[in-house]
Amino acid sequence: MSAGGIAAAAAPAAAPVIEARGVDLTFATADGPVEALKAVDLTIRKGEFVSFIGPSGCGKTTFLRCVAALERPTAGTLTVNGMSADDARRARAYGYVFQAAGLYPWRTIAGNVRLPLEIMGYPRAEQEARVKAVLAMVELTDFERKFPWQLSGGMQQRASIARALAFDADVLLMDEPFGALDEIVRDRLNEELLRLWARTAKTTLFVTHSIPEAVYLSTRIVVMSPRPGRITDVIDSPLPRARPLEIRDSRTFIEIAQRVREGLRAGHGDAV
Amino acid sequence: MRSALPVLVVIAAVILLWYAGAVWLNARWTIDQAARAGTSVTVWDIVRDAMDQRRPLLPPPHQVALVLWEGIAEEPVTSKRSLVWHALVTLQATFSGFLLGTLVGILMAVGIVYSRVLDLTLMPWAIISQTIPIVALAPMIVVLSNSLGIGDRLGVENRLVAKTIIAAYLSFFPVLVSMIKGLRSPDPMQLDLLATYSATSRQSFWKLRLPASLPFFFASLKVAVAAALVGAIVGELPTGAIDGLGARMLVASQFGQPLLMWAALFAAAGVAGILIVALGLLERRAGRRMGGRG
Repeated sequence: MSAGGIAAAAAPAAAPVIEARGVDLTFATADGPVEALKAVDLTIRKGEFVSFIGPSGCGKTTFLRCVAALERPTAGTLTVNGMSADDARRARAYGYVFQAAGLYPWRTIAGNVRLPLEIMGYPRAEQEARVKAVLAMVELTDFERKFPWQLSGGMQQRASIARALAFDADVLLMDEPFGALDEIVRDRLNEELLRLWARTAKTTLFVTHSIPEAVYLSTRIVVMSPRPGRITDVIDSPLPRARPLEIRDSRTFIEIAQRVREGLRAGHGDAV
Repeated sequence: MRSALPVLVVIAAVILLWYAGAVWLNARWTIDQAARAGTSVTVWDIVRDAMDQRRPLLPPPHQVALVLWEGIAEEPVTSKRSLVWHALVTLQATFSGFLLGTLVGILMAVGIVYSRVLDLTLMPWAIISQTIPIVALAPMIVVLSNSLGIGDRLGVENRLVAKTIIAAYLSFFPVLVSMIKGLRSPDPMQLDLLATYSATSRQSFWKLRLPASLPFFFASLKVAVAAALVGAIVGELPTGAIDGLGARMLVASQFGQPLLMWAALFAAAGVAGILIVALGLLERRAGRRMGGRG
């Protein structure tokens, strides 16, 4: 099913940041080819928060990795900021947050956040200023001299988000960043993430397998299903941008969650 | 202090066994003497004799300790009878060999990790090199380094060059193996992260692979320094050296001086202990600077 039409009609007239047209990705494995992505069409515009949800094997992470040029589609076109994904990666167009925080154990929290800035050759004074600013944003100012093992899992993940925000990329790619955290920590981080998104206005792609998380965070929800990995539904969220946690008990919220659930079930039903 | 007790118990047990062994092995001499003189011996005679022979089969601990003490403390360090002098000579080759071996090990590991061709061509030779007994190889290294006169050109003894090469030959391997493992230890996610920054391979080496390999590196250094010491000692045997702990052991055994031999042996063990403790301290300091919990 093509989702491009719905998205184009409903999205605000902001400039497209990510455009996928007929993206296929087939992995050659020992058990024969695996179609990780099949005919994926999607346009993501500036400032959107788009969640990708689906069971494992549906290609949500693979799609994110294609956007990041960590994987190469076998067919179709995929542009980021109007250039190829590879060029966008070279132009440092996005920050990527992985499932695990992946902080370097030998660097302090500040040192970890500074890592991309060092690699990208920011002047030293600016490095310090940026590290301070993003650590304040994720409320880790008091922990800048600590080493990762001295922080809880949630704090480590916040530090890794700060690391992705430290440089001037206007796209944020997040691959199940809170998947390993408990419900309570996850709620808090979700709230914080929305605040960060409102402040930074970064176009955000967010992979998750939690329906409430997807509905709570997103302006648009992309439902995917496996074998072959494809988009089965794209839902524009009518929820307002300001979202207190209580919004999850509202009627609209529950309706969207319902539709996501149905999309997931439908995807399973017609699986090959 | 609670942890000191088991250590002391083990040491006491070792010393006790050692004394028992000394009596057992040195008894023959007393019995033979008595048989020749046609007298009989008591157990007490055997024990007393075993404690104080000039050329015992197995000298008891206090005799070794005494000779060790004389060799360390009662001779001027410049004397040929001073164990400190001999230890310093051996240490010199140990250090130069250890440094050379570590350097070669690191460079080879970097080459092997970054080049598939080197991985396929260099690694088998590195493994084969360690299957050749060093005692078989040492004389050839000595002859070659003498005839090539590398030492003359560097302004050092040819003998030191040979010992250095032998020590390095033994010590590069643990560094090589550990560094390969260490440089390959970053997981795919950490490499992906650097790819998203479009980091150069030079940056990923200095910022990720090298720091990630350091714990492996320090672990291997302890093995390498012990191997370098063995190499330096072995290197002294076929060089006709008269200085160094290895030469001391050889001379003592050739001239039937078991006490000197044992003293040199313990001096070597002591030197190895000091080197390993020193490296352990270095490792702790580095670990603390790099966010270790210790």
